[in-house]
Amino acid sequence: MPSSSEDLQSHLRKDYEHGFTTDVESDTLPPGLDEDVIRHISHMKHEPDFLLEWRLEAYRHWLTQREPNWAKLNIDPIDYQAISYYSAPKTSKDGPKSLDEVDPKLLETYEKLGIPLEERAALAGVAVDAVFDSVSVATTFKDKLSKEGIIFCPFSEAVQNHPELVQRYLGSVVPTTDNYFASLNSAVFTDGSFVYIPKGVRCPMELSTYFRINAANTGQFERTLIIAEAGSYVSYLEGCTAPQRDENQLHAAVVELVALEDAEIKYSTVQNWYPGDENGVGGIYNFVTKRGDCRGDNSKISWTQVETGSAITWKYPSCLLRGDNSVGEFHSIAVTNHHQQADTGTKMVHLGKNTRSTIVSKGISAGQAQNAYRGLVHMGKNASSARNHTRCDSLLMGDRCGAHTFPYMEVKNPSARVEHEATTSRIGEDQLFYCRQRGISEEDAVSMIVNGFCKEVFRELPMEFAVEAQNLLALSLEGSIG
Amino acid sequence: MLEISNLHVSIGDQTILKGIDLTVKPGEVHAIMGPNGSGKSTLSHVLAGREGYEVIEGSVRYEGKDLLGLSPEARAHAGIFLGFQYPVEIPGVNNMYFLKAAINARRKANGLKELDAFDFIQMAKKKAGLVGLDESLLQRAVNEGFSGGEKKRNEIFQMAVLEPQLAILDETDSGLDIDALRIVAEGVNALRDPERAVILVTHYQRLLDYIVPDYVHVLSDGRIVRSGGRELALTLEEKGYGWLKEAAAT
Repeated sequence: MPSSSEDLQSHLRKDYEHGFTTDVESDTLPPGLDEDVIRHISHMKHEPDFLLEWRLEAYRHWLTQREPNWAKLNIDPIDYQAISYYSAPKTSKDGPKSLDEVDPKLLETYEKLGIPLEERAALAGVAVDAVFDSVSVATTFKDKLSKEGIIFCPFSEAVQNHPELVQRYLGSVVPTTDNYFASLNSAVFTDGSFVYIPKGVRCPMELSTYFRINAANTGQFERTLIIAEAGSYVSYLEGCTAPQRDENQLHAAVVELVALEDAEIKYSTVQNWYPGDENGVGGIYNFVTKRGDCRGDNSKISWTQVETGSAITWKYPSCLLRGDNSVGEFHSIAVTNHHQQADTGTKMVHLGKNTRSTIVSKGISAGQAQNAYRGLVHMGKNASSARNHTRCDSLLMGDRCGAHTFPYMEVKNPSARVEHEATTSRIGEDQLFYCRQRGISEEDAVSMIVNGFCKEVFRELPMEFAVEAQNLLALSLEGSIG
Repeated sequence: MLEISNLHVSIGDQTILKGIDLTVKPGEVHAIMGPNGSGKSTLSHVLAGREGYEVIEGSVRYEGKDLLGLSPEARAHAGIFLGFQYPVEIPGVNNMYFLKAAINARRKANGLKELDAFDFIQMAKKKAGLVGLDESLLQRAVNEGFSGGEKKRNEIFQMAVLEPQLAILDETDSGLDIDALRIVAEGVNALRDPERAVILVTHYQRLLDYIVPDYVHVLSDGRIVRSGGRELALTLEEKGYGWLKEAAAT
């Protein structure tokens, strides 16, 4: 029944709501990348020598590598020399000390995104370290956190104030040689977030960072490092939106998590970068390396992600389950519409005894999008009695999109157990008609069906984030009728 | 309430309905019977606004207005309910949440205040009792993992909650054992009302033992070939649909 299929497609065509740019003057390096550029970045950020050396080493290694080509993605060639590797918004020289000092245009941008910093922070009890382009401009709730001995600050600040922690942990989970994009990030990253939770401390609030890419032609290279000392707990939220533009933008972030004995890190992401227009023009390239290291016994790391944006997503938040009895979790919703492509999943590397991991992946494809789950479960030879359970569900909307599942398993210990379940279903006209016959509009019906499909993952998100994530999902899949 | 005149409907290049005339008044129960492929389900779907059917001739008026131009949801808001032959599963969507969205969409469209959660739950529980639906099903996902009988009962429950003016029950009896059939029929009977009309679409006479219709129409090859009272169904039961073809030929 072609007419209703077309109808469905028309609902999926909705303009990107966050497509606007803020007119802020940027202090931007000319495009191009060589050792001088890296020295310049390091110099502008007053970095210690060890970091410059680390960057240069990463850069030299990067030159010897090639872009990965094993993912089920069609990527136009990227000209790395056409990218500018540093951009900072021009504000007062020393940076703002409070919201009053923040460029009002910036605040306006946050308003449009529905994240009024002060309100959000106060009402929801969330500390926001807002990253605008590459330099952090506002950090809140710092005092309260510092009373607990918690460090939550822009990465560049951590480099100045806690160089010993940075030197000790940076690259200890994702080494400079890890992969093409991680090497590039290590060479040129400009900022990001740094979190340190001291021994035995339970972080009293959700830590939240909003990333936003804003200057044209600026690759964004975020670096995040979270360290949870023995017996500590932290929940970290990351959310992203970006303005509309035509050029492809490269985003190659690296996130490293370290959980020591009995520590727990919960990392949640809502990603809504510009996916490109209906014809597949523009949109962000999101090539991210995220890895958590359960270094101590009984530690736990869980990744929860809601991915609705980006033209191309290449992302596998992973867990190294090194400590005995450590636990890794991955809960993911990946939505692709129009010409979006996603190749995403996880790696659970079981090294310690009795380690456990859970993978729940929900892929939704609409339009002509391609959505692939790629997951590795590795049971090392010492991972006795380790267990994994994987569940992969795909939902197709319309008949021009695709869903693919690539599970990899490596089991080197006979007592380890690995389970994999996968389903693929289609949002049926049957379901839509059923809802509409009961009086529910097509738009609400799509949203209801999709949210039902994703329910297990939404449950893993912190409350205040879950609502926002559901809205985002609805936004990326629905169009207003008429 | 409902006036169907000279309705011709096709799917692709195949004409399914070839001139249906039917008038339904408030309070009446009409049974539409017929062999497989006679167009019964097509008629139900066209009345509810399912896409993929083309009306090539004729008209349907509902409460004096043209029905065919309305979207399925607008028809639902106007009080038309279709009980599905194969109720659809919607995984992860709570039955109560679904129904609350449905009833409030309708109330909103009709300028009424939306029901709050408390009032809704009270009302839904009462209706569940009325149609013998196990309350534990209320908190499950819509039709997910329901038995055939539970799905059909859930349809009648939804009808009880939504209180339609015109209920079209498409093969509600199919796949039900005799006990389930009785319970579903009791539910429908409990909802009989001078203001409410019901169209029962069925292949078998046995449903009509429990829900006694005012009129019986026999559909064959896209036309109503005979209309009558309750006794027509009994004759059909006795002589089979073949009898009609013979009768039509002579």
